Amino acid sequence: MLEFLMSPAVYKFVRGPLVWVTFLVFIGGSIYRLYTMISSAKKEKVVFPYMSLKYSMRSILHWIIPFGSVNWRRHPVITIVTFLFHICLVFTPIFLLSHNILWYESWGISWWTLPEGLADVMTLIVVFSCVFFLFRRIIASEVRFVTYPSDFLILAIAFLPFFTGFLAYHQLLLPNRAMTILHILFGEAMLIAIPFSRIIHMLFGWFTRAYTGSEFGQVRHVKDY
Amino acid sequence: MAVAEKKREEKWGKIIDAGLDEPIKKLTPEKIEKVINKALAVMGSGRLKTFVETCIHCGLCSEACHTYLSNDRDPTFSPVAKVRQTMWPILKNKGRVSPEFIRRAAEIAYTECNMCKRCSMYCPFGIDMAYIMLSVRRICHLLGVTPLYLQDTAHSHSVTMNQMWVKQDDWIDTIQWQEEEIRAEIKNPRIPIDKEGADIMYSVIGPEPKFQAQLMGQVAIIMNVAGINWTYPSFDGWDNSDMAMYSGDHEIMGRVKRAHFEAALRLKAKKIVMGECGHAFRSIYDVGNRWLGLKMPPVPVIHAIQFYYELLREGRIKIVKKFKEPVTLHDPCNVIRGRGLGEMARYVTNAICEDFREMQPNKEYNFCCNAGGGVINCGPIWTKKRQISNRVKAEQMKATGAPIVITPCHNCHSGIEDIIKYYKLGMHTKFFSEILVEIIEIPEKFKVGEKKD
Repeated sequence: MLEFLMSPAVYKFVRGPLVWVTFLVFIGGSIYRLYTMISSAKKEKVVFPYMSLKYSMRSILHWIIPFGSVNWRRHPVITIVTFLFHICLVFTPIFLLSHNILWYESWGISWWTLPEGLADVMTLIVVFSCVFFLFRRIIASEVRFVTYPSDFLILAIAFLPFFTGFLAYHQLLLPNRAMTILHILFGEAMLIAIPFSRIIHMLFGWFTRAYTGSEFGQVRHVKDY
Repeated sequence: MAVAEKKREEKWGKIIDAGLDEPIKKLTPEKIEKVINKALAVMGSGRLKTFVETCIHCGLCSEACHTYLSNDRDPTFSPVAKVRQTMWPILKNKGRVSPEFIRRAAEIAYTECNMCKRCSMYCPFGIDMAYIMLSVRRICHLLGVTPLYLQDTAHSHSVTMNQMWVKQDDWIDTIQWQEEEIRAEIKNPRIPIDKEGADIMYSVIGPEPKFQAQLMGQVAIIMNVAGINWTYPSFDGWDNSDMAMYSGDHEIMGRVKRAHFEAALRLKAKKIVMGECGHAFRSIYDVGNRWLGLKMPPVPVIHAIQFYYELLREGRIKIVKKFKEPVTLHDPCNVIRGRGLGEMARYVTNAICEDFREMQPNKEYNFCCNAGGGVINCGPIWTKKRQISNRVKAEQMKATGAPIVITPCHNCHSGIEDIIKYYKLGMHTKFFSEILVEIIEIPEKFKVGEKKD
């Protein structure tokens, strides 16, 4: 198994065609999901006439800023972990030096990168945040009651690319080549999962927030944060 | 689940509601599947599915809900838990669920959620859980599974266009009786009926003529003193309430709302002022109009809070002496979180009361009375559950130390009175109008002379 993982053919495959497939599914799937979501909302007729740019932005801004809403202020620990987790989850892979080298090698493009030490810390933040969320799911009764097996799967999908990335970088547990291949596979799995699992909140969350913000601001004349 | 079920029964006993328990005997999973899929196809499942798919199951909405907090943080009462026990399985199984499932779903949607939308303010994604619960109610209605008492009010709407089986002659008679009644308070009062082109068509909810007619008299005193050009319609459409909206009967809701708007248009009234009721405002301003394809009501509609606010600000009514006893103010969800009248309600309270003490939290963050959303209308069999499930409101009121709770909403008024009784708080609820008539300045021309023996 390990030898298979380490074979150059496998590396070439996950680093080559599979990346293309991943991005195609991720981008195509996301566009498809957004398109069907928006057109189904249009069909309902009572959504778009009530949308307001001003109140959408007001709502999104209050919720995207840590402690910007009443509920964020009520749960300081969850707020800090949630924000750190999402910031690190999104920005670490984009600004990681080794990822930049990869797309420089492939397409000749690169941009600003994170110092390696910082990237390491950010990776660990994602890893430990996942552990925090896992324990919260198990311990907090109001979360446990609404936890489906898929919630653990989603958590694993977020956890594994970062965990294996960390191990690969520090050359722990498995030979570097094998760990790197696992890391790439898990990363690809995450991107593919985004449009087809509840990680879709990454795309839909903005719209639900904007809609509720509009209803609360424009129709109900109150705050929703 | 069985343990949770037992815990519930220990708290408020086994509740048998013929409107829920009987109809499910005739249902089969096949029938249910057919009805649900048809319902979802007609009403559209865009928002529903988007909300359900966006929910990350974080449970951060839990503490927004008074039923969750009041039932010792029982996880089955959190807003997301209510969706988990109803809409998630419905969508996951594409409508194929058991009759017992529908019984439980109906109990949750009709008696454990007040549609207060407080949870929407606490959900990071702003998921509208009240909308999801209303959709569950819509499905239950189409399956014929609705709490008996609530269904009775919907039947009344359908037959009489008002909530309380009031006949037209009763209605007119009540108006004239009240006109007579307030002659003891002011001279030559008038309650105009069917006056064309009045500035205001005043509308009430069915229960007012049915058993709270004195409220109509109080409003008439205020109207006369303020010199308002107003009227009641003598015909259908005088009732602004709408329990069909809460039972899930959108068709009846539409008919009732249309009658109400058309009454105002027929009388060429410049605007509708509605009494101190919350759900009626929601049905006219937010829900019923949308069903009729109207973005906003075709006639301007204002709630009594705003009306009194305008009267006081413009000096059209004056206060002789402010109300002495300490008061606190309950913010009715449908006009505060539903229309942002929080500041106006405070202006009115401060203008008419000497000692006003805020509940915490308040305004749009206030806790629901647990009577709204049609829950109180599910009848006395559900009362104990409703009282137990709002301990947090009792604590909130008790902390103010005020003996009077102003509740500018009918459901809140009755629901909070129930809570006061159950928790022995020794308080009382009052409408703004009740306080206003006690302290309003009666101009010379309206003063009643010495009574002759």
